Amino acid sequence: MTDPHAHARSLPPEGARVGSGRPRAAASLLQVRNLNVRFATPEGEVAAVNDLSFDLAEGESLGIVGESGSGKSQTAFALMGLLAKNGRARGEVIYGGANLLALSEAELNRRRGSEIAMIYQDPMTALNPYLSVGDQLTEVLRFHKGMDRKAAFAESARMLDAVKIAEAKKRLGMYPHEFSGGMRQRVVIAMALLCRPKLLIADEPTTALDVTVQAQILRLLQELRRDFGTAVIMITHDLGVVAGVCDQVLVMYAGRVMEQGPAEALFARPSHPYTMGLLHAVPRMDHNHGSDQLATIPGNPPNLLALPPGCPFAPRCVERDAACLTPAPLTDFDEQRRRACHRPIEHLLRAETEGAA
Amino acid sequence: MNTPTTAARLMRPLPPLPGLDEALAQSIQGRSLWADARRRFLKNRAALASLVILGLIVLLCAFAALPSPHAFDDPDFENMHIAPELATAHWFGTDSLGRDLYVRTLLGGRISLMVGALGALVAVLIGTLYGATAGFLGGKTDSVMMRFLEILASFPVMFLVILLMTFFGRELWLIFLAIGAVSWLDMARIVRGQTLSLKRKEFVEAARVCGVSRWGIITRHIVPNVLGIVAVYATLLVPSMILFESFLSYLGLGVQEPMTSWGALLEQGAKAIEAAPWELAFPAGFLVTTLFCFNFIGDGLRDALDPKER
Amino acid sequence: MNAPLLEVRDLKVEFKVGREGWAPWSPARRLKAVQEVSFTLAPGETLGIVGESGCGKSSLARALIGLNPIAGGSVKFAGRELAGLAETEWQALRADVQMIFQDPLSSLDPRMTIGDIIAEPLRWLRPGMAPAEIKAEVERVMTRVGLQPNVINRYPHEFSGGQCQRVGIARALIVKPKLIICDEPVSALDVSIQAQVINLLMDLQREDGLALIFIAHDLAVVRHISDRVLVMYLGRVMETADADTLFRASAHPYTRALLSAVPIPDPALERSKTVQILEGDLPSPIAPPSGCVFRSRCPHAIAACGVGVPKLERRGGSHAVACTLAEIDAAG
Repeated sequence: MTDPHAHARSLPPEGARVGSGRPRAAASLLQVRNLNVRFATPEGEVAAVNDLSFDLAEGESLGIVGESGSGKSQTAFALMGLLAKNGRARGEVIYGGANLLALSEAELNRRRGSEIAMIYQDPMTALNPYLSVGDQLTEVLRFHKGMDRKAAFAESARMLDAVKIAEAKKRLGMYPHEFSGGMRQRVVIAMALLCRPKLLIADEPTTALDVTVQAQILRLLQELRRDFGTAVIMITHDLGVVAGVCDQVLVMYAGRVMEQGPAEALFARPSHPYTMGLLHAVPRMDHNHGSDQLATIPGNPPNLLALPPGCPFAPRCVERDAACLTPAPLTDFDEQRRRACHRPIEHLLRAETEGAA
Repeated sequence: MNTPTTAARLMRPLPPLPGLDEALAQSIQGRSLWADARRRFLKNRAALASLVILGLIVLLCAFAALPSPHAFDDPDFENMHIAPELATAHWFGTDSLGRDLYVRTLLGGRISLMVGALGALVAVLIGTLYGATAGFLGGKTDSVMMRFLEILASFPVMFLVILLMTFFGRELWLIFLAIGAVSWLDMARIVRGQTLSLKRKEFVEAARVCGVSRWGIITRHIVPNVLGIVAVYATLLVPSMILFESFLSYLGLGVQEPMTSWGALLEQGAKAIEAAPWELAFPAGFLVTTLFCFNFIGDGLRDALDPKER
Repeated sequence: MNAPLLEVRDLKVEFKVGREGWAPWSPARRLKAVQEVSFTLAPGETLGIVGESGCGKSSLARALIGLNPIAGGSVKFAGRELAGLAETEWQALRADVQMIFQDPLSSLDPRMTIGDIIAEPLRWLRPGMAPAEIKAEVERVMTRVGLQPNVINRYPHEFSGGQCQRVGIARALIVKPKLIICDEPVSALDVSIQAQVINLLMDLQREDGLALIFIAHDLAVVRHISDRVLVMYLGRVMETADADTLFRASAHPYTRALLSAVPIPDPALERSKTVQILEGDLPSPIAPPSGCVFRSRCPHAIAACGVGVPKLERRGGSHAVACTLAEIDAAG
């Protein structure tokens, strides 16, 4: 493989970001290069993530969108070094000058929690039901920051306050089961932010929550991002959540990036049939629908053990032709956008212009 | 951008793409959960080897006594307490009465294995139905059924067996009765627990909506879904039943002489350990191998039926 | 409009959760999951029920189909009272009312083949049907829901969530019911598969004149599929209206908050819209607030809200709102 990334690495990423719609002076925080995740299963090797590359600037938010089997969650686990035993990650994840994938477990542990934190879909995976919330929060500070009990307790109370949990001091003595689902997720967010991490990876943080609670949590994440300058990688299947929270978007299908780019441009002019299909398949609150029928993506989710040759989306793609039997490389187009599709973008967009005419 | 034109364009039928459908056609073939489990089990070497060895032991116990010229209760007065030798066809030696140990070990194996299999069978039949019924019906029925089970479980079994033996003499069917009475209790508890969690699954609700009767839900939905754990537990129950019988026999409460079992042989062998160690070694070897095999098979089954637990 | 298919009056669903005191004879503590819910459903109509977890929408659905006991009020299906029916009496109604469940995989018995699962209602509700007839019927229904009949001997775990949900729909359809209760039928599915299932349900409904009760927490989906919508909070109906009115001119503060919270997949709109954030958490349904149950989180609550439970007041057409403020507005 030739290394097109040597060039990208020597260039500061902000140089490549001119004209993204908002000024960006921040330095690069995370560089992912050719990340591959493989799982050894009794049925054969599963390629969960293939050749994923992206840059994340400080304070920026990236949305990774995909459905089940897209590899979005495994990407997060690979970044955190938390893959299951039968999983293996290759490639480079450069953070703070070091390749996270090459670090020892001890070095990784020091960074996890203090510099990179993660929140999960089910908050109970991050909370120990037998310890009070206060004990769990202070433990993080004492381990990573070496604070004494009293200081850690005060800081924990301050952080619970920051995530808008009323009567923070009193709540510290309570146990996770005494909190509601939305409150638990806030506690987990507080725990993740205790050490002021530079990067927060959120894996479907609001999927298990009700819409009104989701709105609370999303607003909270936005405010905390602003206040602490934390960069966020938001992993979700919900395009609406991405639209509200993310600057950059990465659309994945069957372990491959289908399309990548700034949120505004990607939502306004999707360049891949999969993204188009996704956007049309969700009923919208803000539209009165012309027809009864929702546009669907035909077929079934990909079987990672039996992927087709060529483009993984071809079995479900209404735009496919013979060229789709060979893999489509991820190519640059437009401002900072990339797509993996054989069909020329003009061909896909023709329908839009015809519709407007 | 949500124009009807785009939507209409996206709703076209998939254009045909020769070469793709063929590539995907042979990708998946149908397999039931049982078939999956069998495949996983066959990959487990320890379990598979145990299954083969156990099969050999069963075949030996069933048929291998035939070529021996000796009967199990014939004393050979010229060859008492002799070590294994080929000349007299006492392949495992003889005991203090000159009875052939080879024939007796295999015959004892027959009794022990029968006791184990019977215990497991009773447990599977009564325990599964009893537990599934109690768990599924719930409420007062469940309370009454479980209290009855607890009364049985708290009964001093040993005491009962000793009483029965003194009243009725040492009869084989009494041992079967005693083992049958205790073997199904734990099984019923396990199945009840499983049923309680299955009952909340949506497919049981779906069955009610489909008009399936209570008995139909128990037999068609609950029981097939607990059979996996029942199979595992039954396999592990066999050795514990064999041990129970051996224990009774060792106490002298087991099968009546000249009939024998592995436990009874062990008891005699232990007495003669200094003079004739083979008297202990052969039955003990068979017993231990059998127990090992059952345990390995049980573990293999558990892994095969519940792959997530590994 | 012709006679209603389903007529629900003041329906109550309660569960016993522990006891009020320590003694075994002290009265059972009751969780009032559904309180005084009334609505009617015409043949071929779709009623959407929305609300967040704990609002009682699933308890309501399960009561309508006999999976939860009815604690009070009346439910009439085609003129027949369902409250107090014994399990065996339900049997006669099973062919008319069917259900589709939330979790596609766990609603299918993992040890049964697809064919056996779909045939199950026929085996129990149409005894005496010949096996060949059953097989033909199963294959017909499978084709209708978009499943290849050659997968009849496969097992549920070999299918994706969307296909499993199609199996669940086929099982509900095979007895040709008049009403199907859909309990969050698409919320466990991938986005691209949701649309397939929604389209399928709408097609089936149009072709067979089915009535649907469609329960979901996704408001956009409910808006798309429903004729009328019922908004529930803590066991009570807050607002009901035809789908367009509800989403364009909602009058209840809870409905408005709910609607504003739904994310829109369009960055410009999503970032510029105002979200009515509801503070606090859902109160315990064992001890709901007095008066209006929503008042503890309502941004407009006044003292009068704690006095009496607001009635569901009509405001023209099928639109009705249960809000003290709306009552005051109407009076003044």
